[in-house]
Amino acid sequence: MPKPKLGLYWAASCGGCEIAVLDTELKVLEIADFFDIVFWPCAMDFKYEDVRALADGEITLTLFNGAIRSSENYEMAKLMRAKSNVLCAFGSCAADGCIPGLANFTSLEAIERYVYDDSPSTVNPEHIRPQPVWDVPEGTLRLPQLWNTVRTLPQVVDVDYIIPGCPPQPDQIKTVVDAVVDILSNGKPLPPKGTVLGADPRACCEECPRKRDVKKIRAFVRPHEVVPDPEICLLEQGLICMGPATRGGCGAKCVKAGVPCRGCYGPPAGVHDQGAKMASAIGGVIDSTDPEEIERIIAGIPDLVGTFYRFSLPGSTLRRRQV
Amino acid sequence: MSFEPNLVGFLCNWCSYTGADLAGTARVKYPPNLKVIRVMCSGRVDPNFILDALARGADGVLVCGCHPGDCHYVEGNYKCQRRLPITRMLVSEMGIDPRRVRLEWVSASEGVRFGQVVSEFTEEIRSMGPLTLQEWAFDPAAADAQTEHQRGDHA
Repeated sequence: MPKPKLGLYWAASCGGCEIAVLDTELKVLEIADFFDIVFWPCAMDFKYEDVRALADGEITLTLFNGAIRSSENYEMAKLMRAKSNVLCAFGSCAADGCIPGLANFTSLEAIERYVYDDSPSTVNPEHIRPQPVWDVPEGTLRLPQLWNTVRTLPQVVDVDYIIPGCPPQPDQIKTVVDAVVDILSNGKPLPPKGTVLGADPRACCEECPRKRDVKKIRAFVRPHEVVPDPEICLLEQGLICMGPATRGGCGAKCVKAGVPCRGCYGPPAGVHDQGAKMASAIGGVIDSTDPEEIERIIAGIPDLVGTFYRFSLPGSTLRRRQV
Repeated sequence: MSFEPNLVGFLCNWCSYTGADLAGTARVKYPPNLKVIRVMCSGRVDPNFILDALARGADGVLVCGCHPGDCHYVEGNYKCQRRLPITRMLVSEMGIDPRRVRLEWVSASEGVRFGQVVSEFTEEIRSMGPLTLQEWAFDPAAADAQTEHQRGDHA
């Protein structure tokens, strides 16, 4: 029997998801042994043409990480969808937009203006900007075009499963690989389409070992301003911890280390909008009934949208800022 | 054609919805722009509901609950009182005028006041114009055209 084919691709991402795959340690050898890896630009030498030469649906499973923010990302998303039997959004960028998705807080024009003109280290008196098409004596050069709005993978193509996390934790990747091997070797049924794999349906708080009591917050503090108590819920100490609005599955690593949850696993099951759910949670625990005091306490939340939607702005209800 | 605001109202079962009922039985005149959704308590209004309404075509969202101190569930409206300012701040940072999200306390006996609130809110939103979200929907045709253009002769 021929080996099942595996593809891995990165679109707009940092490469951390690729490192997470390598962080599965000896498991990566098992992956390479069980699967015939047909595409993995980060680690192996393949060209786009190699993928185009495959038959539709020939790749058994593709783990696609990275958000969609350029014409090239979009083209590859469509290509990997067509060639893959099962397409999995792998990591927070593909699932929710993640850090590249924060570009939706501004516009492409503003980003280009900063990068090519305004940043302190840039000298560009002719205001040169990248051109998608450029004629040279040898012919025409073409570059992919950046988009004004970053999209998640499920917003542009049909996606079968989602593995969240920034990056997905190696232990969770191992669990998913074991499940895939079991399905392919023993004919186990596939989970229902749209299932979130390698994570807990419940909130991160369920995994958090800290003591929880009645939450009453009178002022928010930032992590550099306090040394948090190692035993008590960070939110109760006034730190914005995204735990209540974040999917568990990571093992609550950050909170165990005294750092508030940043929300990288995206919204938990049944929640579409992580930021709105966090607004709901925070609103429930502010200890005041005086409108002016409430306004003052809320004003203490630094960078509200950037904090609540750090990993999920393109996948959120409003998707982008109106500029 | 003049712009008719499309408004969504979340009214608590115990005070505001009864107040709206009273406005009806008392024949209070107010604009028909508000689409009312009855909730058990203003504390039930998750900010998700408000964002969903705005993303799906509402030009404004009105949340009405019992006056502070009068909540049927003791403190549900206080939760609402804290959630609404955060939601407004969130909406504002997302580039949407926060006046499109409004909180008012309406008791069961305030039918006339309910009519005034809806009239005021409708006129305010009318003067602001419709809410259109930029690039909310993904346009595959435009993206495909760009991809073809990018590949040029090699396509």
